[in-house]
Amino acid sequence: MSMDEQTNPVPAKVGAKAGADVCPSKRKQLDLATAREQIEDTTGPEYWRSLQELAGSDEFQEMLHREFPKGASEWIDDFSRRGFLKTMGASLALAGLTGCTRMPNTEIVPYVRQPENVIPGRPKFYATAFTLGGYASPILVESNMFRPTKIEGNPQHPASLGGTDVYAQASILDLYDPDRAQSITYMGDVRSWNALMDALRGPMSAEKSMAGGGVRILTQTVSSPTLAAQIHDYLGANPQAKWHVYEPISRDNVMEGAKRAFGEPVETRYDLSKADVILSLDADFLYAGFPGSARYTRDFAARRNPDANMNRLYVVESTPSSTGMKADHHLPVHSSDIAGFARSLASAVGVSGNGPEFAIAALTKDLQAHKGSSVVIPGDHQPPAVHALAHAINHALGNVGKTVFYTDPVDANPVNRGESLKALVDDMRAGKVDLLVILGGNPAYDAPADLEFASALKSNAVELKVFLGSHRNETAELCQWHVPEAHYLESWSDARAYDGTVSIVQPLIEPLYGGKSAHEVVAILAGQSGTTPHDLIQSYWQKEHSGADFDAFWRKSLHDGWIEGTTYAPKNVTLKAASFPASQPAPGSGYELNFRRDPSIYDGRFSNNGWLQELPKPLTKLTWDNPIMIGPALAERLKLTFKDVVELEFNGKKAKGAVWIQAGHPDNAITVFFGYGRTRAGRVGTGTGFDVFPLRTSQTPWFADGAKLTATGETYNLASTQGYQTMETPNGSERPLVQERSLEEYRKEPNFAKEGEPPEDLTLLKPWLFEYAKETYSWGMAIDLNSCVGCNNCIIACQSENNIAVVGKEQTLKGRHMHWLRVDAYYNGSRDNPKGFFQPVPCMQCENAPCELVCPVQATLHSSEGLNDMVYNRCVGTRYCSNNCPYKVRRFNFLLFQDWETPQFKLMRNPDVTIRSRGVMEKCTYCVQRISEHRIDAERADTTIKDGELQTACQQSCPANAIVFGNLNDPNSQVNKWKAQARNYSLLAELNTRPRTTYLAEVRNPNPELEESRAEARTESRT
Amino acid sequence: MATNTQIPVADRRVPVIAPGHTFSTITEKISNIVLTRPVSLGWILGFLIVFGMLNMLTGALGYLFIKGTGIWGINIPVGWGFAIINFVWWIGIGHAGTLISAILALLRQTWRNSINRFAEAMTLFAVACAGIFPLAHTGRPWLAYWLFPYPNTMRYWPNFRSPLVWDVFAVSTYLTISLVFWFVGLIPDLATLRDRAENPWVARIYGLLAMGWRGSARHWHRYETAYLLLAGLATPLVLSVHTVVSFDFAVGIVPGWHTTIFPPYFVAGAIYSGFAMVLCLAIPIRAIYKLQDFITMRHLENSAKVMLATGLIVAYGYGMEGFMGWYSGNQFDSFLLWNRFHGPYKFAYLALLACNIFIPQVLWLKKFRVSTGWLWIISFIVLVGMWLERFIIIVVSLSRDFLTSSWGMYYPTKWDWITFCGTFGLFLTGMWLFVRVLPAISIFELRTLLPEAQVHESAEVKQ
Amino acid sequence: MSDVSVYESPIPDSPIYGLMAEFDSAQELVAAAHKTHEAGYKKIDAYSPFPIEGLAEAIGFHKNRVALVVLIGGLVGLISAYSLQYWVAVITYPTNIGGRPYHSWPSFIIVTFELTILFGGLSSAIGMLALNGLPMPYHPVFNVPEFAKASENKFFLVVFSSDPNYDAARTRAFLSDLAPRMIAEVPS
Repeated sequence: MSMDEQTNPVPAKVGAKAGADVCPSKRKQLDLATAREQIEDTTGPEYWRSLQELAGSDEFQEMLHREFPKGASEWIDDFSRRGFLKTMGASLALAGLTGCTRMPNTEIVPYVRQPENVIPGRPKFYATAFTLGGYASPILVESNMFRPTKIEGNPQHPASLGGTDVYAQASILDLYDPDRAQSITYMGDVRSWNALMDALRGPMSAEKSMAGGGVRILTQTVSSPTLAAQIHDYLGANPQAKWHVYEPISRDNVMEGAKRAFGEPVETRYDLSKADVILSLDADFLYAGFPGSARYTRDFAARRNPDANMNRLYVVESTPSSTGMKADHHLPVHSSDIAGFARSLASAVGVSGNGPEFAIAALTKDLQAHKGSSVVIPGDHQPPAVHALAHAINHALGNVGKTVFYTDPVDANPVNRGESLKALVDDMRAGKVDLLVILGGNPAYDAPADLEFASALKSNAVELKVFLGSHRNETAELCQWHVPEAHYLESWSDARAYDGTVSIVQPLIEPLYGGKSAHEVVAILAGQSGTTPHDLIQSYWQKEHSGADFDAFWRKSLHDGWIEGTTYAPKNVTLKAASFPASQPAPGSGYELNFRRDPSIYDGRFSNNGWLQELPKPLTKLTWDNPIMIGPALAERLKLTFKDVVELEFNGKKAKGAVWIQAGHPDNAITVFFGYGRTRAGRVGTGTGFDVFPLRTSQTPWFADGAKLTATGETYNLASTQGYQTMETPNGSERPLVQERSLEEYRKEPNFAKEGEPPEDLTLLKPWLFEYAKETYSWGMAIDLNSCVGCNNCIIACQSENNIAVVGKEQTLKGRHMHWLRVDAYYNGSRDNPKGFFQPVPCMQCENAPCELVCPVQATLHSSEGLNDMVYNRCVGTRYCSNNCPYKVRRFNFLLFQDWETPQFKLMRNPDVTIRSRGVMEKCTYCVQRISEHRIDAERADTTIKDGELQTACQQSCPANAIVFGNLNDPNSQVNKWKAQARNYSLLAELNTRPRTTYLAEVRNPNPELEESRAEARTESRT
Repeated sequence: MATNTQIPVADRRVPVIAPGHTFSTITEKISNIVLTRPVSLGWILGFLIVFGMLNMLTGALGYLFIKGTGIWGINIPVGWGFAIINFVWWIGIGHAGTLISAILALLRQTWRNSINRFAEAMTLFAVACAGIFPLAHTGRPWLAYWLFPYPNTMRYWPNFRSPLVWDVFAVSTYLTISLVFWFVGLIPDLATLRDRAENPWVARIYGLLAMGWRGSARHWHRYETAYLLLAGLATPLVLSVHTVVSFDFAVGIVPGWHTTIFPPYFVAGAIYSGFAMVLCLAIPIRAIYKLQDFITMRHLENSAKVMLATGLIVAYGYGMEGFMGWYSGNQFDSFLLWNRFHGPYKFAYLALLACNIFIPQVLWLKKFRVSTGWLWIISFIVLVGMWLERFIIIVVSLSRDFLTSSWGMYYPTKWDWITFCGTFGLFLTGMWLFVRVLPAISIFELRTLLPEAQVHESAEVKQ
Repeated sequence: MSDVSVYESPIPDSPIYGLMAEFDSAQELVAAAHKTHEAGYKKIDAYSPFPIEGLAEAIGFHKNRVALVVLIGGLVGLISAYSLQYWVAVITYPTNIGGRPYHSWPSFIIVTFELTILFGGLSSAIGMLALNGLPMPYHPVFNVPEFAKASENKFFLVVFSSDPNYDAARTRAFLSDLAPRMIAEVPS
């Protein structure tokens, strides 16, 4: 080409176009000025990277928008294009991210500027907190050489007691997500932090003159006292500015209900440890996402012991949930009928006001028999009336102050989310907004459809839009400025747990991609640039702290993970109104449509998290997709089966999805789940499932009548990890996999689960000549099926601890998922209202292991401590062991499933566990790396491992304490105590594999007066 | 022994050699196929086809080694798919060759003399095809040699309790012995080719292989002893090989595998499919190379009878499995039975029953036994049926075992099919070359069948 | 009579290896062989295109040692196989495999059996060839052009020059009494 062609900027334009299809936003070329300032203000690795950017080749221009090349989206599924694309992406990511020691340069406890204090290979644990919807889950984070690698619960914290939830467990993967935004951008071009401050300076001073009249701050639920204070300070200085709050999974109903009942918004807290009878009105209080679920699960499970005084759980629900699976009595009804149910129950227990008389007499009797030791829990998505009624019922039953407590709201700004966002949109359309600052969230994706927030944001009605978000998501695309949000493990903050206890969120690592926190952004607005979040938090608490020695207080708070005395004291509230008007719309035609958060990816904020995407949802065991869930009866009438794609129509809007026929789902009702159909989630989340937010309006946020369902004739594969969901085979014989009896039956015959266990001497050979008794340790595990609530924590904990690969939907469909630990869900009895069972299945570590016998190369064999060892580097991959494993707990690397290239994931992995390669079998090892770590410590201390100090990952994460692991050679060990119980049985005992992992059979505590209905269910299941 | 000079009275009904042949006619007819008969266009075309299929195999294996076993349809719970099915199927086919040459030799079944040579060749190539799979199906084939016991720096040893190690020994022994047996049988004929070849180079090559065989009376004496002993050793071997293969399953605890009837009925099944393959090959070869004089109707009919007999044993095996499923009262076994008839793979099972049990019953009728067309079709059906049998045993048993939660389905991928077809390429290419470069029928053993070959005691006492 | 016999000791120093007589049928060959042997010729051999019952006996060759070789080979296979497995599983590398005893003898039977067959089979083939002195790249009998038919349809008798009773003239006379198709001198 000729000289002048070279000089004219056409090629660059072309480059811009090439980039444009990755990022539709308008693009400019870097001019020298921006370039210079960029370099000015970057240091170290960023400097290097900035140069790369200046090199400005089209590829790099493109990559800057999605840190990995387009097309790499198939990083999990399509193995063909992976290698090349990933190494390209990796080279770039590496540039921004050197080595593994990125220690924070702000002080964090217990680290005190003494590198020699750090012993390589010795992890340190730091207390911090993970927040979801404003509620903090207190956690401990394992840090290997300054790399956070594993999340554990905080055993001292009242809100956790060591338990966690799936979201907290999986959040470690978000930290290293290579798709996170990695640079501040203006209209898609890279800018510096200083540039942003400059850009805001002008408008802010203009706003000052008009008392911030044009400024709007949109946040998610804020429970951080510091952030709230910051915003309030700003609002104080600019009285005209407004603070809006939006959260798709909002608790508006809870607050409204409280207001109706007490005239003020209060938080309701339950003490399930004292509850003998629990009634859930559509509340899934045993699953992550319900505030306090970890603690509730712990208390609930503790009361499921049939030998002590066992509680009883009634669940009335509109969509089958893991809580419903645990119910002693389960009643599927429409969401809209629950209000009626509550009303009649209320009148039955003596709350004035009356409704249709169909409350179960037996239930009423049971509740009244347990005044003060019962509790009624309403679900977040039930209308305010139900919450008000629940409060009234709890009052009438005298539960308040015993099992039910009211406190100040954890939410720092408990406005009605729907209204708050509506007001904002109105202002935007009216052109009243000059500067919109969105701190986190993704309203462009998850706002109610009728508000049309996205279009309002897109229109030029708002001059300046600044978005703080971890990913370049749907909302980021519509704002000029996008500031990458720091992960909670990267920046300082504070937050309240469900009981109000404040935890200091302390970072464990410098922001990997130079992310900023909300504190910093608000600080700029307030004109206090330059102050670090650390200073902000510390200074706030300096003010709060009355006592003398702040330093000691600060260190203690950081060390413990919460601040003493911040727990909300119970409030005395008086029931204002006594009758609550029905607030439900007249039932329309068509089916009832229910909206629910997705059990795995919540409202879509976790949709780029491979672990959660591949986490089998508790009931359906589905991965990577959201189904349209209907009941068996409806499916029969509509002649729908699995895989059928249906079109769902609801007030004009349409959505297409595959049906899932869920046993126990109410008839004539449909449930759909949020979080899928994202267009800008990242390489993992984009394009999975279908989006249901367009169907959701601010009037009917949770359920409404009038949905239509039409078959399309298309089919679509849903990847469920469980082939068959009942213990009853198609030929009608029932397999005793989960042993279950009612409490009475158990008392009559405690050993019921033991039938079929072969006697010890059932062998021609003398018992294994290897005497384990001679060894110090002999490991074993017991799992209490009564406690397990199917919360899936153990699965993610195991995945994180053991570097388990994510394989993607295609491979999952083929049946090649890699989870070492799975939770089987079984249904029994009538399809319309079955009994549900959960059964966690890790490796059974059989004494007479069938897998060992058939391995030709002795790659799996017994250790001297009774473990069924798997020697990866000896395995040649015949898969014979898996065929011969009756529990099918072995997993095989059919292809190269592990990601060996992405540098971020290298930092994330547990350094104590091998990364398995292609063609190798793998399985649960009882966390052998933890065993040896403790053994070494014990030997150095010239002692032995104490019972309970060694926990497997699944055991440690379990909020229900359903798993116990320990030394069988220690007669007093907890695991021996459990195995000594009458309920103890081994799975498939008749095969004489002698598993070391045994189960405590399930015992239900049904209301005797309702027994006969249960008996019917049993006979039904037989036939 | 086999080469005894009496034609047993019983064998006189249909001659094993058409009348009018002499030592030299036999020699000419057979050796000319190799030496003088020009390479026909048909042969070349056929060769190109089968060689193409062979390259399909190499391609599929190459891709397999690059990508991993994930390119196949296998998964958890069905960890074994086409690979092991094909392995068992091919190795079974091999059995007829050894059976014909060894067992029938011991039983002095002289009619075997004209078919044992290519039956043995068939064995070799079938075992070669089978041998590919145990290697290829491993996740890390480059380490498959770890199954052999050899002193190594890891100070590791294989697990002699594992049926897969037994397989390694059984199959490699089987291959070696079959090869030796085949070659020993070839030596005198190689000498014939050496002495008849016009082209000096061809003569040299055959001479090299004949190792200077000159038909000395002493040599024949030892030769016959050795051949007899080899036959005596090969007979238990051939029975043991499929027994060991059946242990791969019988030793497992999977319902449908864990049963004591497997060894006998696997062996019977092997012979069943083996004879089916012999017929599938013999019928066309005999037509193409005009060998009707040597491979007479009698051979085909006898093979058909063997098929009928072994087929009935197999049927008994199926019946027994069903009976035990019911009689044991074990809920896993009884479900397996139910699942075969009603489960997702029920059509495969019904087809299996049709192919292996019902259709072959027509062989009771002479009409079908003496019609080459029908025989070929029935043999082909039996081959399909025996493949299905292995499919049922492996896939159906694994797809639904103990825990209902871990039930799954198995769907083969295109790579499964390509690899399977490819092995036919290997097998047929072998046969194609064999019939061109080696005498497809044992010449010297045919000579012994001629009346002139008999020596009357009277002659010795005379004068 | 010993199996490994001088008759097969190849080419003698004398330029003549022996006298060869050709016959048309197995019948005649056997008869001729009998007569020659009875006539006191010990160092003789007969050649035929297929094994002829009684021919070896006719030239005074009664039993061979192939069977013995096979027996020894088989035993070697048997012992080495079982002792290898025992040594591995019990002595050098004892492991707890699914709670089975170290010395799981039933499992060891299969490999033992297979190796017995393998060694036995190999030794029968190799033993036969070795005792026959094969492979033998050169042998005088092939110097007689007619001998090419020995692998097709003709039968030959050879009296070695190394035989004590051998005398070119007398032996030739004796052989011609047996009415062969032809008599030829076999050069070494």
